[in-house]
Amino acid sequence: MNTEGVNESKRQFLTSALTVVGAVGTGYLAVPFLAQMQPSVKAMAAGAPVEVDLSKMEPGQLIRVAWRGKPVWILNRTKAVLETLKTLEDQLSDPHSRDSIQPTTSKNSLRAIKPEIFVAVGLCTHFGCSPTFRPEIAPNDLGADWKGGFFCPCHGSRFDLAGRVYRGVPAPTNLEIPPHHYVKDTLLVIGETTEGEAA
Amino acid sequence: MKTNRITECSNWVLARFPLSKLWNEHMAHYYAPKNFNFWYFFGSLALLVLVNQFVTGILLTMNYKPDAKLAFDSVEYIMRDVNWGWLVRYMHSTGASAFFIVVYLHMFRGLIYGSYKQPRELIWIFGMLLFLALMAEAFMGYLLPWGQMSYWGAQVIISLFSAIPFIGDDLSLWIRGDYVVSDATLNRFFAFHVIAVPLVLVMLVFLHIVALHEVGSNNPDGIEIKKTKDANGIPLDGIPFHPYYTVKDLVGVGVFLIFFATIIFYLPEVGGFFLESDNFIPADPLRTPEHIAPLWYFTPFYAILRAIPDKFAGVIAMFGSIAVLFILPWLDRSPIKSVRYRGGIFKKALFVLVVSFIALGYLGTQPVTPTGTIFSRIFTLGYFGFFLLMPIYSRWEKAKPLPTRLTEQPALEDHLPALKEVFDEMTVLKAVTNPDDMKSFYGSTMLRRRPNPKGILRVMGRVTKKIKASLD
Repeated sequence: MNTEGVNESKRQFLTSALTVVGAVGTGYLAVPFLAQMQPSVKAMAAGAPVEVDLSKMEPGQLIRVAWRGKPVWILNRTKAVLETLKTLEDQLSDPHSRDSIQPTTSKNSLRAIKPEIFVAVGLCTHFGCSPTFRPEIAPNDLGADWKGGFFCPCHGSRFDLAGRVYRGVPAPTNLEIPPHHYVKDTLLVIGETTEGEAA
Repeated sequence: MKTNRITECSNWVLARFPLSKLWNEHMAHYYAPKNFNFWYFFGSLALLVLVNQFVTGILLTMNYKPDAKLAFDSVEYIMRDVNWGWLVRYMHSTGASAFFIVVYLHMFRGLIYGSYKQPRELIWIFGMLLFLALMAEAFMGYLLPWGQMSYWGAQVIISLFSAIPFIGDDLSLWIRGDYVVSDATLNRFFAFHVIAVPLVLVMLVFLHIVALHEVGSNNPDGIEIKKTKDANGIPLDGIPFHPYYTVKDLVGVGVFLIFFATIIFYLPEVGGFFLESDNFIPADPLRTPEHIAPLWYFTPFYAILRAIPDKFAGVIAMFGSIAVLFILPWLDRSPIKSVRYRGGIFKKALFVLVVSFIALGYLGTQPVTPTGTIFSRIFTLGYFGFFLLMPIYSRWEKAKPLPTRLTEQPALEDHLPALKEVFDEMTVLKAVTNPDDMKSFYGSTMLRRRPNPKGILRVMGRVTKKIKASLD
């Protein structure tokens, strides 16, 4: 091969310049490729609020509704349950919900707008299994200390009936409370905090 | 005239494509050590299972529908209404578990004979990448039937990524393509499972074999056969891969297929180990099954995840348990490859690893209990101890002297007389004394073999001593 009269530095410059331009171009192309795996417009729009009629709920009853594809629990808590919840604070890891997700209207010790109606996203804050509803006191499998609550079968996380996580379990925070508000006394809307203000 | 035509054709091809060169380099003149034993079947078996997964997988996509509304029913349709669909599906699902059995045994072989050591570090790393790709392939494939276990298993595993600080939530959202595992997730997992990951697997298999054929196979003695060559430059202890090992591997294939077919035809679910019973219930996003566990091949890592009480630390430990395998070639400071000549401390450590891995695998299938968690923690320590303490204990090792040439080991049939002696020692022949029994034999003496407790104790004592001695 004849290498006479080759301008080495010019060749080097052109090689580097082409490499840089090519890398930038590849980078730009990566954006649409990666971004198309983000939730689509349709998936984002599916987060519309859900209305729930509470007039037929009985004390102690739990109903499940789907919001954004997630299970949302609505629990009608009895007086006895509310009394028990007040005694648990020293066993909980975040009793005042400082590190947990909830709308400001529910940021209180019972984690609810109305004390008796508890609304929460039914997914464990650990790895997203749906905990089981275990309202009974001291069942055999959960031990004598069990005061009623939610138990996650996947990794053994425990929550009380206000969705507050106990100490020493893998879940880091309390159950998430979705934005919700009451249109009427017995008509609940999940997905927005007040009329028209979506989450 | 006819032969000439054929020769002409083959010459035409050979002038344009190095067919005979490739054949000779990788088969007929590829010299492999002559002392390959049982453990050396699993490489070629992994290739066989890969082919099985490709063929059955392609057939399954012809009737499967990657749609959250249709997926579960389309799998049932394959099982009930498609001609031979049940066979193809069971071959694919059993093949997945068989793949992991074969690959775990293949990795264990590498571990005991030091096949990860210099100059084979890259083969080991390509192998580990293969293992990683295989896990991704299996995980994404398991979502496709869209049963309860598919759904909640995917939910948990994708949530693992959300434990990463700062980017975790966005990352898991990006992986799912929705706020929960949904149709979007199913569709992309189908794309990855059917196109992307299989391509990666094939490329990695190619790299794994190219790297292997560059340096040559290791062997149970862990010494390099290329060090002693004859006048023609052929290793004295090497034999051509074809026909010697192609034929030997065929025997392995035959035995493997006996087991494979038995499972497919007689117990395709293996009591919930290969196909979990909850996965015959369609996915329900509002309800988690009472007890969720991944399939058996992920349970050791899952048990490590559960053993750690902190969310992020648990994820780190789980990924760390796989990452640590990648750096194994540099953790081991002993120059000796094969366990046959390594010191007792390595054998004991290896024993701890095997026990820990199997125990973690069992614990990962069980529901969470406080005792189980304590045991998981102990065995997690055992697992990591083997790897992370290796730079220390592998330096102290007192190795046995290495042979210069490959050694002869007794074949299986050479053990038979000794086995018969042990059997005779453990049993005793007794004349039948029950007169009712005697009647049917018309007064002739009937001898019956019965277990001999003293003999059994003697044998067990000897076996324990032998195991203890072999660990020194």
